[in-house]
Amino acid sequence: MDTAYFLQQLINGVTLGSVYGLIAIGYTMVYGIIGMINFAHGDIFMVGAFIALISFILFALTSIALPIVLLLTLLIAMVFTACYGWTVEKLAYKPLRKSFRLAPLISALGMSIVLQNYVQAAQGARIKTLQPVIQGGFTFMEDTGFTVSLSYLQIFIVLVTIVLMAIFTLLITKTALGRAQRACEQDRTMTALMGINVDRTISITFIIGSSLASVAGMMFVMYYGVIDFYIGFLAGIKAFTAAVLGGIGSVPGAMLGGLLIGLIEVFWSGYISIEYKDIAAFTVLVVVLIFFPTGFLGKPDIEKV
Amino acid sequence: MEKKFFQTSIKDSLFTGLIALALFGPIVGLRTVAKNEVLEVHPKWFIVLIIVIVCAVGRFLTNLYVYNRDQKTGIQSSIGKSISNFLDTKGYQIALTAIIFSVIFPFLPFTDRYLMDIAIMMLTYIMLGWGLNIVIGLAGLLDLGYVAFYAVGAYSYALFAIHFGWSFWICLPIAGIFAAMFGVLLGFPVLRLRGDYLAIVTLAFGEMIRILLLNWYQLTKGPDGLTGIPRPSFFGLPFKSFPDEGEQTFHTFFGVEYDPMQRIIFLYYLILVLALITNLFTIKIRRLPIGRAWEALREDEIACKSLGVNPRNTKLTAFAIGAMFGGFAGSFFATRQAFISPESFTFIESAIIVAIVVLGGMGSQTGVVLATVFLIGLIEVFRDFESYRMIAFGGAMVLIMIFRPRGILATRKPTITLEKSSSK
Repeated sequence: MDTAYFLQQLINGVTLGSVYGLIAIGYTMVYGIIGMINFAHGDIFMVGAFIALISFILFALTSIALPIVLLLTLLIAMVFTACYGWTVEKLAYKPLRKSFRLAPLISALGMSIVLQNYVQAAQGARIKTLQPVIQGGFTFMEDTGFTVSLSYLQIFIVLVTIVLMAIFTLLITKTALGRAQRACEQDRTMTALMGINVDRTISITFIIGSSLASVAGMMFVMYYGVIDFYIGFLAGIKAFTAAVLGGIGSVPGAMLGGLLIGLIEVFWSGYISIEYKDIAAFTVLVVVLIFFPTGFLGKPDIEKV
Repeated sequence: MEKKFFQTSIKDSLFTGLIALALFGPIVGLRTVAKNEVLEVHPKWFIVLIIVIVCAVGRFLTNLYVYNRDQKTGIQSSIGKSISNFLDTKGYQIALTAIIFSVIFPFLPFTDRYLMDIAIMMLTYIMLGWGLNIVIGLAGLLDLGYVAFYAVGAYSYALFAIHFGWSFWICLPIAGIFAAMFGVLLGFPVLRLRGDYLAIVTLAFGEMIRILLLNWYQLTKGPDGLTGIPRPSFFGLPFKSFPDEGEQTFHTFFGVEYDPMQRIIFLYYLILVLALITNLFTIKIRRLPIGRAWEALREDEIACKSLGVNPRNTKLTAFAIGAMFGGFAGSFFATRQAFISPESFTFIESAIIVAIVVLGGMGSQTGVVLATVFLIGLIEVFRDFESYRMIAFGGAMVLIMIFRPRGILATRKPTITLEKSSSK
């Protein structure tokens, strides 16, 4: 019973962790390149979830096979949400590059309020429910009294996350774009002098971050089946915690942090208290920031005169 | 040259239209509506078409008329500058006029119950803004969880008043002390974090307090909230229409007719006095060594460290004092509403207070008043359009950061300067 329960929590934790990890990559990439916390990123995730929801409803009217529906929804969500990420950067952050340190953060806060209320105005404040898209799964350890289930949906979520992670790791480490990004992280002026279009690189970073967040949104709406315009707030803070825990600025760190936050949250609600499950993530955030602000895989940030 | 420019403008605006279509097409154009437990999509293409056309044409016009000009000195900055100058020279008279106006406000002929309620609400926000201004404006610490201290003040006032029956004037300082204690408790571990990390951690703390209030049912009654919080009395004289046997009330003591407005007017003066105390305190403390240390710390932390200012303790005092005023405002809120629940202390309240301080110009006391009148007025006027007004509110925050990142009244002059002995 105990092992079975533990195993079940582990499966759920890894699934949830994949979702957080995908959002956290957006935070960590943006922080790495322009050194700001993109507060509106959680709301970009929420927009992605809504676009995926709308796409699923529309495809339900047709008779397209499930794998194609999943693939198309994934692409639709990524493309449309990337537009949001791109626009937010152009409107709210780009004019503030040379402003004082807190200006982009306050602007991001405003953008987050705008996005939330915009979706509320356009789609209504009610909770949206999606019928399960992928059903069924494996069950095992039935003889112990507690059935462990591993649904196809969970397998799908983890698999897609791993594939996307592999693609983006390759993108960052092997391609010219990735080199440009890493160069911008180190020194933007110098990179511009080397003939790299810094503005374009930053835009692409936002596009990548937003499309990964939209994938997370799609997973979220499939996994939980209910969304509303407010989901971005909590998920955003948790994913930010994941990014900090893994070491902000580091992409593998974000994934690791996401996994840990997912596990911590699931085990906390499984073994300690479900009412206070959100407090778990916040506590981790505070403890990590106080005791090891560089996280697991981050570089120390030294303030110079 | 001119023609080429025209062509690029057309291309640019078409591109803008395309982006607008991608942005608004799915979210606005395909509204999901629940019907018999199943979601359906209701297309709304007409609105999308209008939005897309507006975006494209707007982009085209701004390309032609705004970005085309050589001089890009915004009008906003010159207006702001002239307001700042005006307030600098006439600041004292204006403040005096504003105070006199707010003192006689309840007795003006056009003042009714509705206006009084709004005035009380505005004064509460002004007080919160002044309290947070100590933290953000003077010490330069972006606190996104200020509402936590407001909540602590409100709940500690309510709990002491309900369970022990203590009067407002005893509970008020207790609530302030509790809030300040929370400020120290929360501030102590996190204040060495850098600006944006601090912002997120304070936000997390604000949410933690709210979750705690929501789930600690034995103490806070959770989402049901606390009811029956005692109303304040006029130095022991309650405002009641039907006094108990042998009890003195406000109207029997002064021998006037009972009027429910009496209590409202009393509440109004109460918050006015509390707010003015906050303001006076800030103005005075800015001139003391601790206030100067806050402002110095805001400008350059490393320089301060090397001059022997202890950054953590200095920040901690700012945090605690700001929290204390938040606690005072919270206990006023509790006694005015007579009912509090965690619903009143959500993140959006923190965001509104931060917006007031930032919009007003961080560190400017007059700016807080102007920003409160503007923002709360905006929110009141558009009361019927719940989400649209918040879109405007968030958009205003972004626009202010872009066009006037230092706020409407961007005064960054030092509070104290060495006076030259020779006359100018």
